[in-house]
Amino acid sequence: MNWVSIRLEKRLDTPRWLNAVTPVLSVLAALVFIAVLFYILGVNPLVAYRRIFMGAFGSLYGLSETLTKAIPLILCGAGLAISFRARVYNIGAEGQLLVGAIAATWVALFVPGIPDPLRLPAMFVAGALAGALWALIPGLLKAKLRQDEVLTSLMLVYIASELVNHLVYGPWKGAQEWGFPYTDKFPPSAIIPHLGTTRIHYPTLIIAVLAAILAYYFIQRTRWGFEIRVTGENPEAARYAGMNYLRTVLLVIGISGALAGIAGVGEVAGIHGRLRYPQGISPGYGFTAIIVAWLARLNPLAVLLTGFLISGLLVGGDAIQLALNLPAATVHLFNGVILLFVLSGDLFTRYRVRIEFPARMAPAVAVRPGVEVKE
Amino acid sequence: MAEPSLAVEMRGIVKRFPGVLANDHVNLAVRTGEVHALLGENGAGKTTLMNILYGIYHPDEGEIFVKGKHVRIHSPSDAIRLGIGMVHQQFRLVPSHTVAENVVLGLPRPFFFPERAARQKLREFAQKYGLEVDPDARIWQLSAGEQQRVEIVKALYRGADILILDEPTSMLTPQEIRELMATVRRMAAEGKTVIFITHKLDEVFAASDRVTVLRQGKVVATLETSQTDKRELARLMVGRDVLFRLEKKPVTLGPTVLEVKNLHVRGDRGQMAVKGVSFHIAAGEILGIAGVAGNGQRELAEALAGLRPAVKGHVFLKGKDVTNQPPRVLARSGVCYVPAERPVGTVPNLSVAENLVLKAYDQSPFCNGIFLDPEAIANHADRLIAEYGVATPSRETPLKLLSGGNIQRAILARETSCAPSLLIAVHPTSGLDVGATEYIRQTLLAQREQGTAVLLVSEDLEEILQLSDRIAVMYGGEIMGILPAEQADLETIGLMMAGIHREVA
Repeated sequence: MNWVSIRLEKRLDTPRWLNAVTPVLSVLAALVFIAVLFYILGVNPLVAYRRIFMGAFGSLYGLSETLTKAIPLILCGAGLAISFRARVYNIGAEGQLLVGAIAATWVALFVPGIPDPLRLPAMFVAGALAGALWALIPGLLKAKLRQDEVLTSLMLVYIASELVNHLVYGPWKGAQEWGFPYTDKFPPSAIIPHLGTTRIHYPTLIIAVLAAILAYYFIQRTRWGFEIRVTGENPEAARYAGMNYLRTVLLVIGISGALAGIAGVGEVAGIHGRLRYPQGISPGYGFTAIIVAWLARLNPLAVLLTGFLISGLLVGGDAIQLALNLPAATVHLFNGVILLFVLSGDLFTRYRVRIEFPARMAPAVAVRPGVEVKE
Repeated sequence: MAEPSLAVEMRGIVKRFPGVLANDHVNLAVRTGEVHALLGENGAGKTTLMNILYGIYHPDEGEIFVKGKHVRIHSPSDAIRLGIGMVHQQFRLVPSHTVAENVVLGLPRPFFFPERAARQKLREFAQKYGLEVDPDARIWQLSAGEQQRVEIVKALYRGADILILDEPTSMLTPQEIRELMATVRRMAAEGKTVIFITHKLDEVFAASDRVTVLRQGKVVATLETSQTDKRELARLMVGRDVLFRLEKKPVTLGPTVLEVKNLHVRGDRGQMAVKGVSFHIAAGEILGIAGVAGNGQRELAEALAGLRPAVKGHVFLKGKDVTNQPPRVLARSGVCYVPAERPVGTVPNLSVAENLVLKAYDQSPFCNGIFLDPEAIANHADRLIAEYGVATPSRETPLKLLSGGNIQRAILARETSCAPSLLIAVHPTSGLDVGATEYIRQTLLAQREQGTAVLLVSEDLEEILQLSDRIAVMYGGEIMGILPAEQADLETIGLMMAGIHREVA
């Protein structure tokens, strides 16, 4: 009993500053942890971090790539922030992104008779609808049959992924693509314009930024947003106040699915110009967006920032993979470690740590009966 | 002067929580073999102090002496080693295990068949202190009073000679309370030291030798129980004089507002929790429903509020059949509901203002189209905070930072400000201090004078007797009888709470 004891005590309230500082400190702690891994891998962590930073933000090219990859992260992240606020844990944004890509491809290649200027808008609408419908499946299963949405939405990712595989290897395989699992190239009217020579498909970027801002006002200022917050904070109170649980669940998961679907449209029509095998369309944006949303503390406005930063990490991670000859899993490791630290970091907003020192500081324990101890 | 030997002495105990000084240099001396009541309002720091003694919390300052020895108590296991046992308000028993298994749970020795070794001791405790329990009964089969006995036995089995009871009577019938008090006295007579936490004055006089009064984290006084009276203790506890009789004005009854016919409702586990209940309430009348918790009162109230389906029977509101209408429809037709668990009726992390519009957020003026109107919500909050005297730093403060009494004021403000025709209040004052309780009761009476039909469910018989015009007693999902308040007394109601039928008035 004579060691320093560390115990956690529940906080009654979390100061505002702590809410802001915790994610930052969590990420820093994660970076320190990863630095140790770098060291074990024989790489100087400082060099690695410098390369990551320079790769992501140190050049116009890097910056433009970071912005490009931030688009799907912001779209998915803003949607997930809404969903998670209602405590609906949609883990399947990746799958919703993929079905959005499928729907866009369908409109781009297989729906005749759309006037050219309406082709892209139609693709966005189709992608959003497809993503929303895909997400409504776990939503309905949760609200009606009490099935865990974490599991069902995740399983649907694999189904969506296999669906893409089926299409690009089978019925939709392009005539001019020889052996590659690609569809034909989209017609020019189905390609999202870029900013100069970069890969930034700016119309999607504008949609992403607007989506994040609107999501914020939606949560804070509308009656549905109020229902979402109440349902997330205390589902019992939502029931007590007569709020419609089914509607809230379907609403949040539908919105997050729609935004993920739009992200999918952006990837096929803004980057690749065709549907490809699933990993070619998205290296897991839908999953990485979970980190983006948590890091933003489920505030869609903050998603703009965290989406950009995490995107920088992806771009920088790719850069060091090549430059320092690191395994391809490095970036995944990054993401995993950061999420782990951010989620555990939440502990400190709910508890405070008390460290108690042993007898050295305060003499104690058995003294002769009846004798008072003076310090 | 020679002090009798002290079982426990706590000196200068300070315990801070963020924003709260829970214990402010508290001194407590408990003599060996006495029953010491720790009296105070909710939030006065009683439970905190005892949690410190039991090693759950650690004091920021101060010293603890147990049986004359200066000790540091790091954990409940330290406390148990020192002979301290604590029975918490919420029992910590495994429902599917037997009494004997629960008693020996977690003990290192003997490794094999420990419950056999326990039997002998259990018999001994039964004889010595009147702690009669069947060692083979399973916990879920036992009443609250019996479960509490198991908790006490558990503490004694671990060698406790200093026993802390935290609000021990909150779950018990009047008869069970009497038995508990007798047990407490017998334990003291056998040399055990008992500290019990309470905010009920009657219990102090029923069992204690001395009483320490806490107010806002400070000790106000330690007195010999025989040399004080109810009025003095109440004043010490609250800090001002307290009304013990509420003024109940005569009210002419209006037309029947609520009529319930042969209502059947299922509980959480699918069992029939309400079995064919019928009654009616008129405008301007308070119908009190007494009974030990878990006899169908909660399910009845939830069914009336639309939160639980009725499987059989009918509910009429002002003559209209509203059986199984959704909560929102009922709320719009004037049914207001103050639920038993405060967290059910509130969202702790949202602001006071947002909680005050929890049910009306989607109606004008708080909402235009789909957009909330923050200004209207703020004005509404300011008005109710002032009108109902909700003590809060601001309307934007998260509700969870308010005291229980103020949270209840806020709920009542929300539920009564819309002039309800039926107000369902379940345990509206449970866990509240004297001041808040008085206010809540006055609000209920004011509602009655305004012509609201009030259904009051409470375990506090004094409350039921004080407020109700008629009293119904529920037992096992049925109404044992309905008495006019004038004909009701503690004894009759107590018998009905234990399942003995009476005539319906």
